[in-house]
Amino acid sequence: MISQFAIVLFDGFAFGMLLFVLSVGLSVTMGLMNFINLAHGAFGMLGGYVAVTLMRQMGMPFLAALPCAFFAAALLSIVLERTLFRRLYRAGELNQVLFTIGSVFVAAAVATYVFGTVQQVIPMPSWLRGSVEVLGLRLNVYRIFIIAVALAVTALLVFGLERTRLGAQVRAAVDNQRVAQGLGMDVERIFAVTFALGSGLAGLGGALAVEIVGLDPSFGFHYLVYVLIVVAVGGLGSVTGSFVGAALLGIGDVAGKYFMPEVGSFLIYLIMVAILFVKPLGLFGKR
Amino acid sequence: MTNAALTPDPHAWLKARGRWSPFEIAFWAATLLPFFFFPSYLPLASQIAIAALFAISVDLVLGYAGIVTLGHAMFFGIGAYAAGIISSRYGWTEPLTGLLFAGLVAGAVGFIASFLIVRVQHLALLMITLGLGLLTYELANAMSWLTGGTDGLMGIDIAPIFGVFNFDLWGRTAYAYSLAGLFVGFLLSRRIVHSSFGLALRGVRENVRRMPAIGSEHRVHLQKIYTISAALAGIAGALLTQTTETASLQTLNFERSADVVVMLILGGTGRLYGGILGAAIFMIARDQLAGINPQYWYFWIGFLLMLVVLTMPKGILGGLARLAGRRDE
Repeated sequence: MISQFAIVLFDGFAFGMLLFVLSVGLSVTMGLMNFINLAHGAFGMLGGYVAVTLMRQMGMPFLAALPCAFFAAALLSIVLERTLFRRLYRAGELNQVLFTIGSVFVAAAVATYVFGTVQQVIPMPSWLRGSVEVLGLRLNVYRIFIIAVALAVTALLVFGLERTRLGAQVRAAVDNQRVAQGLGMDVERIFAVTFALGSGLAGLGGALAVEIVGLDPSFGFHYLVYVLIVVAVGGLGSVTGSFVGAALLGIGDVAGKYFMPEVGSFLIYLIMVAILFVKPLGLFGKR
Repeated sequence: MTNAALTPDPHAWLKARGRWSPFEIAFWAATLLPFFFFPSYLPLASQIAIAALFAISVDLVLGYAGIVTLGHAMFFGIGAYAAGIISSRYGWTEPLTGLLFAGLVAGAVGFIASFLIVRVQHLALLMITLGLGLLTYELANAMSWLTGGTDGLMGIDIAPIFGVFNFDLWGRTAYAYSLAGLFVGFLLSRRIVHSSFGLALRGVRENVRRMPAIGSEHRVHLQKIYTISAALAGIAGALLTQTTETASLQTLNFERSADVVVMLILGGTGRLYGGILGAAIFMIARDQLAGINPQYWYFWIGFLLMLVVLTMPKGILGGLARLAGRRDE
């Protein structure tokens, strides 16, 4: 029983870390511009398809495909941000929601056209398959890999935000955009860079997710709900919040589905609504 | 505000705004045309009327009160199941009281939910409406002993309306019934938006902070309209159950919440007829394009959404009003 519990905790944490990589970019960009970007999950989907295609068609190794997924999503996000999304920063939340959800519809249709509705399979290298025994528990190697990648991303993000010039600018702009602008910072440029990085992380998350949750054209929609829960519960613009929110959601989701399959997904939404009722700004949100 | 200056009495001003225009009368006369010219499309016309009533209920909260909701299908579905359950489990087959019952149940749930809704704004509001919608879906799925789960609710039987008009195979009664439901719902909504309460709602939409400052209880207003809207959405759902004699989980899913917002945006928010026009365009387009893969249907919906947001933020009716040089409401 104890070991079963530990395994569920481990799987849940791994799933949570996956959600963290998928959603942390959205949390920071939403905190920056208050731009409600429901297309974030679609960048994850793009990353997944890029990784699958590169590995299957061109025989690229998994570790090389991951950065490609990151750059593909980041690149596309720069193009979209410069041409379309930036027109919507002052357009009101309803228009932002509608526009970005429209783009998710389009992305899903394009994915169906190019790849069909079948579940994509990613060929895993042999060193990531199977499981290892740690303290008497059989742990899946790939999930350990995901946790390692997510922790590395967290370390990089925290270091980047706390120790670099761009990080300081991002923090300033999240805290008070007007004052930051008044001090001569180019908030729009900071935002463009952050947006690209955040979307790239979503692409990386999408590539990592294929092995765990599969990949089909509904990915952008299905994981959008998870991503939004992480962002809303964790609080906007907070890396810590996203980390805690994602870990809670991942563990709650896996444990709920494992121990109470009847009401598992129901409980997730109930807990989210309850948290937002008590703390509308999320657990770590400042405004 | 030149109108207000010309008519010093605010009651007279409100009354003047609420007067019926010839266009409106012509529009409602035109809704009778399908009986004579498109008898084979009556079932579709009935679906359009139901979707239009649902869109009007969303317009009340989204267009007039400014509450962005992504989960209104929960009330539609609750109404649909309430009307179905009262018939299939309790043998109550009289349609009008069934409709009323469904409206009451949905309204009661809406009233409880409104306490959550008025507390939050922005992202949290979106997430709470979305979360409540998903939660209701999961709940209906888990309570299969009551709702029939994924199989849908079986054995719904609806008695003839007034004991006379049976629901026929060609959908004549169904369309007349749905249209009557839409018209009554529309009259009620029209009365609301042209009242001082309707003006107060618009005040909340335009500036949430100013309303309490001028002594208006904005939270009470929002709760009231949210409850009314939920009841209307429930009635729309009940109409669907009664005219098709089925209730399924599809009445509750996220696509329905999203579709209704799309209809509303297409037609134009904050102007009642926008929802009706949007529902008609949306449903007819889907019917005509039903042959193609639904994934590609969503491509066009997505494309249209992006286009409307970028070029016509006020929807088709808003665009027309601007062309005609009329002031926006």
